[in-house]
Amino acid sequence: MAFIEELRKTSHHWIREHYPHEPNTPILEAKNLSAQYETNIALEDISFDLDKGERLAVVGPNGAGKSTLFKIIAGVLQPTSGEVHIYGHEPSGHICIAYVPQRTNVDWNFPVTIADVVMMGRIGKLGLFRNPKASDWEMVNHTLEIVGLSQLAKRQIRQLSGGQQQRMFIARALAQEAELMLMDEPLTGLDTRSQEEIFRIMDQLRNQEVTILISMHDLRLASENFDLVMLLNHKIINMGTPDKVFQPKYLEAAYGSHLALFPTDQGEIAFEDTCCDKGEPYR
Amino acid sequence: MISFLTEPLQYAFMVRGLLAAIFVGIVCAVVGTYVVLRGMAFFGDALSHAILPGIAVGYLVGGGARESLFWWALITAILTSIGIGAISRSTKIKEDTAIGIIFAGAFALGVALISTVRSYTVDLTHFLFGDILGARPADLWLTFIFGGVILITIFAFYKEFLVLSFDPILASTLRLPANLLDFLLIILIAVAIVVSLQTVGVALMVAMLVTPAATAYLLTRRLPVMMALGATIASVSGIIGLYLSFYLSIASGAAIVLTCTAFFFFVWSVQSIRQRFSSKKTVVPADQG
Repeated sequence: MAFIEELRKTSHHWIREHYPHEPNTPILEAKNLSAQYETNIALEDISFDLDKGERLAVVGPNGAGKSTLFKIIAGVLQPTSGEVHIYGHEPSGHICIAYVPQRTNVDWNFPVTIADVVMMGRIGKLGLFRNPKASDWEMVNHTLEIVGLSQLAKRQIRQLSGGQQQRMFIARALAQEAELMLMDEPLTGLDTRSQEEIFRIMDQLRNQEVTILISMHDLRLASENFDLVMLLNHKIINMGTPDKVFQPKYLEAAYGSHLALFPTDQGEIAFEDTCCDKGEPYR
Repeated sequence: MISFLTEPLQYAFMVRGLLAAIFVGIVCAVVGTYVVLRGMAFFGDALSHAILPGIAVGYLVGGGARESLFWWALITAILTSIGIGAISRSTKIKEDTAIGIIFAGAFALGVALISTVRSYTVDLTHFLFGDILGARPADLWLTFIFGGVILITIFAFYKEFLVLSFDPILASTLRLPANLLDFLLIILIAVAIVVSLQTVGVALMVAMLVTPAATAYLLTRRLPVMMALGATIASVSGIIGLYLSFYLSIASGAAIVLTCTAFFFFVWSVQSIRQRFSSKKTVVPADQG
């Protein structure tokens, strides 16, 4: 058994040492990020900072590079050039970053329950050859309570509605004790009530100073719920408060011909052309 | 009736065969759970065929002796799995194409090598379709030891394999060594194939990996239950298959695989019928937003 203890010690942080959180550094710092895959330029010269507890909505047309940006920040993809720093270090040494996947990218027939999925968030903290302890299950139950899924903990994940599926992944990010949450289009395909429920949970998280990046399509929802928005189309078109960023010249630069602008009595209205969204049901 | 069950047990080769079939069934179903969930059936099929040239070389070197074949198969399986990964990573060729190339090429090489031996048809048949009733005590021990190592490894890395299979991006953000774990799983599949070589042979191997696990997949919504059910179905199929083989004089490997297949179609059709009847009153879970 001494052998296992030794193995556990050396592998507790697996192969890589986890980085400490440097004080007085922003939680997220992106410096001149560019990403090019084969011949497609996904991202070009992206630079921005986020402080702890800030919430940023990233808005842009399909294929603007939102998912790529999130995956680079999470340390899942490597940028072609430029750097990401999380609390002063590269992302690959942190386990405090949670990537909440798009619902279309999940195998909903996988034989796991909601509680199983949320428990997956604890694995980074558990270490090799260790089973979840009572305190880990408490954590799982607690996060399920926060997102209002306690009743459904034992169900197979297929049995959830779209909004519930999204909340399950938020619970998993909380179980991971994530300080930076990257949510990839969590609102797509949800009805208004489910969307409001997600915003309610996000407001709760504000008290815990969880920093959130969320990608979305709906300009109205972005301007109503976020103090900070980014217009992205491979480059950052503009970033700041919604009233500063969502102006016709910037919107046109981001969406080009996909956006129609109509002058009305109350000012200009922007219509996003969403004809080409992935409209398939989430199955 | 009782003599119907006990009569085959008078023969030591039948007892050894049954023990091997039960244990191989358990190992293959547990490993096969991941093969099914990760869509690696074609990889498993290819890997088992690609072992043939290794066996052939061992067979020729040993002058027809069987003792060292296990080790030759193991080395070939591990080399092949590394080779498939290397080709699909280093070129723009897709993985299934790379698998196809290696699979057929290696299999042809194996057949060519074995065909140089005079008693070629009999031996080739054993390698292709298994020879479980020819299992010697030493074979049984190798099966137990390596099968045991596979099971222990799967349970030791249970939660890591679970995360990696369900959500590779999460595995990456939790900083699990994904490539290392992927490689470990491939090695486990390779060893499982070698362990069950004598039971069903190269050509029918993929059925042991996939069919019982897929049957269990239809029946449950929890991964541990899927593993346990798959293992049960596989070992029961092994027993029934061997009895069928004994009384009906059909090839043992084929009988085992056919029993597994029968289980699958039984479960599948019962479920299809049930779904048809219950589809009118399907209960959708209450959407709480």
